[in-house]
Amino acid sequence: MAGETQTGTEVPHDAQADAGFPPFDSTTFASQILWLAITFGVLYWIMKNVAVPRIAGILEDRRDRIAGDIAEANRLKQDTDEAIASYEQALSEARNNAHGIVEETRAKLKAENDVRREKAETELGKKLEAAETHIAGIKTEALSQIGDIAGETTSALVEQLIGKAPTKTDLTKALKSAMN
Amino acid sequence: MANDPIHQFQIQKIFPIEVGGMDLSFTNSSLFMVATVAAASAFLILTTSGRGLVPTRLQSVSEMAYEFVAGMLRDAAGSEGMRFFPMVFSLFMFVLVANLFGMFPYFFTVTSHIIVTFALAMLVILTVVFYGFMRNGMGFLKLFVPDGVPAALIPLVTMIEIISFLSRPISLSVRLFANMLAGHITLKVFSGFVVSLSTLGAVGIFGAVLPLGMTVALTALEFLVAFLQAYVFTVLTCMYLNDAIHPSH
Repeated sequence: MAGETQTGTEVPHDAQADAGFPPFDSTTFASQILWLAITFGVLYWIMKNVAVPRIAGILEDRRDRIAGDIAEANRLKQDTDEAIASYEQALSEARNNAHGIVEETRAKLKAENDVRREKAETELGKKLEAAETHIAGIKTEALSQIGDIAGETTSALVEQLIGKAPTKTDLTKALKSAMN
Repeated sequence: MANDPIHQFQIQKIFPIEVGGMDLSFTNSSLFMVATVAAASAFLILTTSGRGLVPTRLQSVSEMAYEFVAGMLRDAAGSEGMRFFPMVFSLFMFVLVANLFGMFPYFFTVTSHIIVTFALAMLVILTVVFYGFMRNGMGFLKLFVPDGVPAALIPLVTMIEIISFLSRPISLSVRLFANMLAGHITLKVFSGFVVSLSTLGAVGIFGAVLPLGMTVALTALEFLVAFLQAYVFTVLTCMYLNDAIHPSH
């Protein structure tokens, strides 16, 4: 594969090729080791003192931040749970209270109604009694007058029948026997 | 030398430096090491400069690289292994960026040289040995004597364990080096075919379609290999470090 134009340079190369293949040419070893030591030393120094601490710091910051955020999220979640629990407790308390108020109101209203009804019943009873008394009075009065009317009627009837009015004493006696 | 598949691995001096007869020149390899380190550092630092709680796209790439390596190390070596994180992360970024740089045409692939990968592997193995003895004292040697092995077999098993331990730096370095080298050579050979065939007239141009398709497919494969080898290098590093921390299996 050698180029034709390069035959001139190829001869010395071939002569030099006794030293071999470049990677096995020991005359270059000292220089390569020296420069490798220098450059690798510099790289090691930079890595150890700058790059590695910096990247480690970045990663650690991120890890801390994530851990912190997760902790914060957990804390907030716990707060939320507590808030929900207290809300539910308040709700059930309110429900109980409302129930109590309803019961109380109902009892109060019932008591009031009872009182009012009792009062009304008492009043009605009184009025009934008064009315009964009144009726009884009227009845008595009417009955007492019945005697007079019957006496007058009887006296008038007797006068018509016999042409002579009965005496007061006879009349009273007759009425008494008739009405009893 | 346009078609020479080996040419791309040639080391060229940019600033010749010689100390006591030793050639320590700043070469194209050194240049790309510097570029690798600069690119890796710049990317990681610039993309994270916002320190965004919600990352931008590029910042999340940096974070992914970090978490990827951190996860690997933690899985393999436990939380105690995290003390090696800067080293493992540097290794991963260095190998990955060097491999990816190698994918640019005309760029030099730092990891295609055995000496570089071997040096990185030795860094890992020496860390394992030093830390292993420092932490466990002589207990580190239990690494070579697995539990629950019949007494008669202990010498044999221990030998095998020692050989396997000693071969670790070799396998670690050769795996990376050979993958990068072979991949780049294959890519170069196939793309070389495209150029050679297309000079042969109409039939050649038609025939060049095949290696061209191959080159495209291989390029995709090489990107995968570039990442995969960085991953393999890192994951093995993590496992070896685990041996230093917990020597008794």
